[in-house]
Amino acid sequence: MTSGSANRARARPPWLLLALGTVAVAFLVMPFLALLQRTPWSGLGELVGRPVVTDALRLSLLTSLAATGAALVLGTPLAWLLARQRFPGRSAVRAVVLLPMVLPPVVGGAALLFAFGRRGLLGESVYDQTGLLLPYSAWGVIVANTFVAMPFLIITVEAGLRSMDRRYEDAAATLGASQWTVFRRITLPMVAPSIVAGAVLCWARALGEFGATVTFAGNLQGRTQTMPLAVFLALESGDRQAAIALSLLLIMVSLAVLVPMRDRWLGA
Amino acid sequence: MKLKLALILATAVLLAGCSDTGGGAGPATPTGATPAGGTLTVFAAASLTDAFTQLGDRFKAAHPGVTVEFNFAASSALREQIIGGAPADVFASANESNMTQVVDAGLATGPTPFVTNVLQIAVPSDNPGQVAGLSDFGKAELLIGLCAEEVPCGQFGLEALAKAGVTPSIDTNEPDVRSLLTKVENGDLDAGIVYHTDVLAAGDAVRGIEIPAGQNVVATYPIVALSGSDHADLATAFVGYVRSPAGQRVLESFGFGPA
Repeated sequence: MTSGSANRARARPPWLLLALGTVAVAFLVMPFLALLQRTPWSGLGELVGRPVVTDALRLSLLTSLAATGAALVLGTPLAWLLARQRFPGRSAVRAVVLLPMVLPPVVGGAALLFAFGRRGLLGESVYDQTGLLLPYSAWGVIVANTFVAMPFLIITVEAGLRSMDRRYEDAAATLGASQWTVFRRITLPMVAPSIVAGAVLCWARALGEFGATVTFAGNLQGRTQTMPLAVFLALESGDRQAAIALSLLLIMVSLAVLVPMRDRWLGA
Repeated sequence: MKLKLALILATAVLLAGCSDTGGGAGPATPTGATPAGGTLTVFAAASLTDAFTQLGDRFKAAHPGVTVEFNFAASSALREQIIGGAPADVFASANESNMTQVVDAGLATGPTPFVTNVLQIAVPSDNPGQVAGLSDFGKAELLIGLCAEEVPCGQFGLEALAKAGVTPSIDTNEPDVRSLLTKVENGDLDAGIVYHTDVLAAGDAVRGIEIPAGQNVVATYPIVALSGSDHADLATAFVGYVRSPAGQRVLESFGFGPA
């Protein structure tokens, strides 16, 4: 296996794949190079130390990680149900699960308000009885992030479950293991790379989330203003230097997490 | 297995990019390319949406063969797009500073004020917070929204609160006036400070509470035909029409005051 893939890697790649792949890299990298070229390097330290930036960064990390945790706890079981169980309306559920990916995030945020806002389907009675309100709090940011990002985890894990060799599950079941034991001891470890890949995608999407967050949770420094919101408002105010510096910071933070993860779990 | 994962990853990332339309700085330019023959492209502040749509229809009726395309967004977003090279013929801003930046960038000369707007408190039609004036904006138990101070309506709102001597207890700083108004309309906020014209446009969904002249702020809107326009004559004609008595009457019907 190892020597085979080493031989394969040494062979010359077909020129068409090489050419198109190069175009793809250039297309993806170009905007980042342009961003770097415009970065105000000298003022970077001062900008990054501003309270508005540290507040936004702290909140972004906190809420994106919390959303990833929520997606793992809720999304993994759903992915398993979709991949392993037959039930009426399964294809409808699968389509609904993907909706947040195609919906413009601002619309998603408005829909969240209609559901969980102060006058929302569910939010109204909760607010009337307990005074609890999701919007205008970090909880609201986490809910918006989870709504938008969880589908990435679900489809990744479901695909992993579907492509998995099921003979191990069957063997364990034949030997008397319950479905729950099979899930815990066989399925979960075998599908772990997909879960990690899905969690990383989900986290990255949550970290960059803007539309649903600003619409559902609002924008207040220290409470609901995440990095993308801070970047957007810096741009609005005409402070392009600050906007670029903040974007760069966001990119560096995500790279610091994504690169080691990719090497460790997805193969470099 | 690895290849499959990479494929999934790539597909998902691609989808993410496609669906992420909310993060941009407003809509892209409506023309995309250099405007053809008789197409006039007008970049106008979001608060002008209804009034300018009607002005555009009348202008088209008076100039057969001419099409008018609008890009409505926060003045600051429009300023960024214009400085970034967007093919606009006319720029109408909700405040002076965004216009000044476009002029300073050498993209326009001699903007003129064409209309004014005053602030009003917007509350949901049933006024659940029993808001009566700016002093209620200091109450922590109410859900209070303003525009972010990075956009004109936010600066004006803070100015009015300062004049009234109120330290607001803010729950959200919305990125533009329309999103603030939507939250008030839906009852997700108890009160917000918006333009008088926005309250009029919202109809019955929102109640407007006057701010006394001593605490109010008058926003002056400037308009200009941009120097880089391919339709300089049309752009000048449109600006002239907006400033004409007929154009001013249309603007007045939407709640704007004379400049």
